[in-house]
Amino acid sequence: MEQLAKLQNYMNYPFVRYALLVGVLIALCSSLLGVILVLRRFSYIGDGLSHVAFGAMAVGTLFKLTNDTLFIMPVTVIAAILLLKSDRNSKVRGDAALAMLSVGALAIGYLVMNVFSTSANISGDVCTTLFGSTSILTLSHDEVMLCIIMSAITVIVFVIFYNRIFAVTFDESYAKATGINADFYQTLIAVITAVIIVLAMNLVGSLLITALLVFPALSAMRVFDSFKGVIIYAAVISVVGAAAGIIISILASTPVGATIVILDMVIFAVHNVIGKAGS
Amino acid sequence: MAYITCKDLAVGYNKNAVASGLNFTVNKGDYICVVGTNGAGKSTLMRTLLNLQSPVAGEIITGDGLKSFEIGYLPQRTDTQKDFPASVKEVVLSGTQAGSRRLFYSREQKERAFKNIKELGIWDLRNRSFRSLSGGQQQRTLLARALSGTDKILLLDEPITGLDPSAASQLYEITDRLNRNGVAIIMITHDLAAVEHADHILHVDKNHNFFGTKIEYMNSEKWKLFQEIEEMDRDGAAG
Repeated sequence: MEQLAKLQNYMNYPFVRYALLVGVLIALCSSLLGVILVLRRFSYIGDGLSHVAFGAMAVGTLFKLTNDTLFIMPVTVIAAILLLKSDRNSKVRGDAALAMLSVGALAIGYLVMNVFSTSANISGDVCTTLFGSTSILTLSHDEVMLCIIMSAITVIVFVIFYNRIFAVTFDESYAKATGINADFYQTLIAVITAVIIVLAMNLVGSLLITALLVFPALSAMRVFDSFKGVIIYAAVISVVGAAAGIIISILASTPVGATIVILDMVIFAVHNVIGKAGS
Repeated sequence: MAYITCKDLAVGYNKNAVASGLNFTVNKGDYICVVGTNGAGKSTLMRTLLNLQSPVAGEIITGDGLKSFEIGYLPQRTDTQKDFPASVKEVVLSGTQAGSRRLFYSREQKERAFKNIKELGIWDLRNRSFRSLSGGQQQRTLLARALSGTDKILLLDEPITGLDPSAASQLYEITDRLNRNGVAIIMITHDLAAVEHADHILHVDKNHNFFGTKIEYMNSEKWKLFQEIEEMDRDGAAG
């Protein structure tokens, strides 16, 4: 009861409501994309891209850009497109390219932050960017609007192109042979992934984003057999996990990102057991 | 006019021809087996026919009203599909997207998919997960998908690889039946038995290709070569 009263009290603050709204939207979008990325064996793309976003954020801070997102977003989108391209005409194999890009961007980001930062608490800043901690509670009105718009675009793209996305994900060659512009849909998915990852950095920080992408997808794949079932169920458990995670973190004063990810892990463990019992 | 006419076609990657000097035609109702050693370029030829890569030289002329997306094909199974959550219905329906501009399935598309699901005897499996099916059932699902996109040409890439003998003979029954209904079949195969079903044979072998009727093929040197290779393969596999 006491906890409930505490929660009600917190809900009166707009920043808490913002955090919940943004958290739920990001969880929704990342679970949709996650199903595609997991099935296409691109689970780690989220990790690589979030490191790129981290590097870009550090560089953006260095040049004292007023709006970081406007710089981070294009950089991450370009990285996403390059990664997908490198996977196809591959001198360097996709996973190796990803590994290089990922650690390279992380190193640049940390170096830049360390050398050029004017802040007194460098390790605190780095920690916040990597693990999200409190930035979800300091969202500005503009950031919330951006997140709502981007989430709406993601969901609309998914609904409109649902059948095409299924065809391309299930069997890319077949889709191409039957006249579907597979490259277009690949690029579309890559761009949206990059955008959602940049937004998700506010929520869970760049190191934990992959968890939002893969856990709901893998949990849903344990218990559902159809693509539609997996997509919808992944979205549901991702949203529930994020909302519950944010509330718990507020009440128990735990870090938001880590709480959500641990909840997602627990959900996965439960589904793993259910899936094994069912088969 | 034939569906497909290949003139001095060379196929390969990055301008390096794997197989060249290919001359053959595919007409309505043909049943062509494509044979040849591993690495002779059979799969590359298939990808070229499907417009997944461009010819290195020569040309592919389509006719008889065949549109580029009207070649349905049965791919070799890939790793991705082994754990992909998709129902039989979803997979077959996706085949109706061939050449369609619609983003959502129309009633006509659904009916076409259901008709093919029934025809291939997998109606009872329609809500089952693709990954839980046996090899033969998966092949039938993918055949239904291909037929939902076209009733003109079916290209099958090593269709019986990994199937048990009864599933393999069922697959041959299905392709025979489709062929009798007027679907042109192009089958890449290692299986001597497949040649029985065909009326034309394309033997891909570097610059010494053969294309002709089955009887011409049986009387040629290539047939002996093919049998020898298959025996060697089998001995190799057994040993």
